[in-house]
Amino acid sequence: MSPSLQVDSQGRLVHLLTTEGLPVEMIRHILDTAAQFVSVNEREVKKVPLLRGKSIFNVFFENSTRTRTTFEIAAKRLSADVINLNIGASSTAKGETLLDTVWNLQAMDADMFVVRHAEAGAPHLIARHVKPGVHVVNAGDGRHAHPTQGLLDMYTIRHYKKDFTGLTVAIVGDVLHSRVARSQIHALKTLGVPDLRVVGPRTLLPKDIERLGVRVFHDVTEGLRGCDVVITLRLQNERMSGPLIPSAGEFNKTYGLSPEKLAFAKPDAIVMHPGPINRGVEIDSGVADGSHSVIMPQVTFGIAVRMAVMAILAGNA
Amino acid sequence: MAAPLPDTERLLEALVTQMKPVTGPETGIVGIYTGGAWVAERLHRALGVKTPLGQLAVTLHRDDYGRIGLHREARRTHLPCAVEGRDIVLVDDVLHTGRTIRAALNELWDYGRPARVRLAVLADRGGRELPVAPDFTGAFVEVEAGEELVLTNENERLRLAAVRRPA
Repeated sequence: MSPSLQVDSQGRLVHLLTTEGLPVEMIRHILDTAAQFVSVNEREVKKVPLLRGKSIFNVFFENSTRTRTTFEIAAKRLSADVINLNIGASSTAKGETLLDTVWNLQAMDADMFVVRHAEAGAPHLIARHVKPGVHVVNAGDGRHAHPTQGLLDMYTIRHYKKDFTGLTVAIVGDVLHSRVARSQIHALKTLGVPDLRVVGPRTLLPKDIERLGVRVFHDVTEGLRGCDVVITLRLQNERMSGPLIPSAGEFNKTYGLSPEKLAFAKPDAIVMHPGPINRGVEIDSGVADGSHSVIMPQVTFGIAVRMAVMAILAGNA
Repeated sequence: MAAPLPDTERLLEALVTQMKPVTGPETGIVGIYTGGAWVAERLHRALGVKTPLGQLAVTLHRDDYGRIGLHREARRTHLPCAVEGRDIVLVDDVLHTGRTIRAALNELWDYGRPARVRLAVLADRGGRELPVAPDFTGAFVEVEAGEELVLTNENERLRLAAVRRPA
């Protein structure tokens, strides 16, 4: 997972695979560029011609309508041609290997692959084998990384809090299985957040997570105390009845973000969630729809951030 | 050695003189970042235009994206007045190849369909690569090959200067 796979010797972004090791200037470049695209999305004609004539393949080995849709909208607003492939059920079932699939698509003159895969490292493998000038964007790989989600969260935090270097940020819930949390932690550390916390039961926090420079809290009120930013994570359905937590209801009582628990954070704290939310599990409706919530702006900014990533990549042919 | 550059204030006066009889309070004045926006601000004030001043960022419509990628541009297009049906004067500092104007027109059209667009430039240095002609010109300025005309702004004092293009 060498970071040099995504940034070339001249410091240009050639693939976006992870926020880990992504230089701070590159993160700022992406966020600044995204600001331009936020304004594109507010005008009469929501389309610019930068990627005219380019073909972007959304290659999803794992289903995700939401993420795929936001990448599709972003690519279309840049005037690219978008081809959506849900490979999960077709090629792999016929025995085709990952790289065979990619080489076939490359032979169809793809300029960029947006890849979602259940296995960590799959987008890296593809990035190592595509032709020069072909770019890969990781749209989520296993528990490893989801860099565009991490970056859109950084955009959202910067939009509301301006500066990262005085912030207290808590990530609450199932950090263990969350590629989003990993991407957020790397980006937040790079951007200089001094007090970064993870909050959750022992069974849902990775061992040794302190090594990433975060403080671990099992007590939710202690973890939320004085926070500027509270990020709740989705509790996957399949984890709700298993050995890791007693029950979804029990989890909600202890770690679900309620107005009462949120009161321990700063009065102007923002609440984020990568979606889709489980109302009444990791977040209560009163918080999700409340005045602290920036969950819908996250979705809007996500389009602009994905436009920025694709426009920067395609410009570095 | 090229002739000395004309005084920038004179060029601004020349533009105002040309534009005054054929613009009105409803005319939209829109400057292209960066230099064009400074010139537009001066014209907007001198002409007593009521429509709020606009600025255009042309990065997203530039035609050299395929060669040099995305320019880092913090400034964004800001058009506080409706474009649809308006009489607009597009303002730039230096007119050269005409490519910036082409990009600016595309950017403008993303906001609506103006009734008319005219072009005002502080200095025209020739060298057109597109069929673009200004309606109002401060002056035609000769510049030696390898030199660039640059407008600077020091405490609201605009000054046009010829500088060697970096190799």
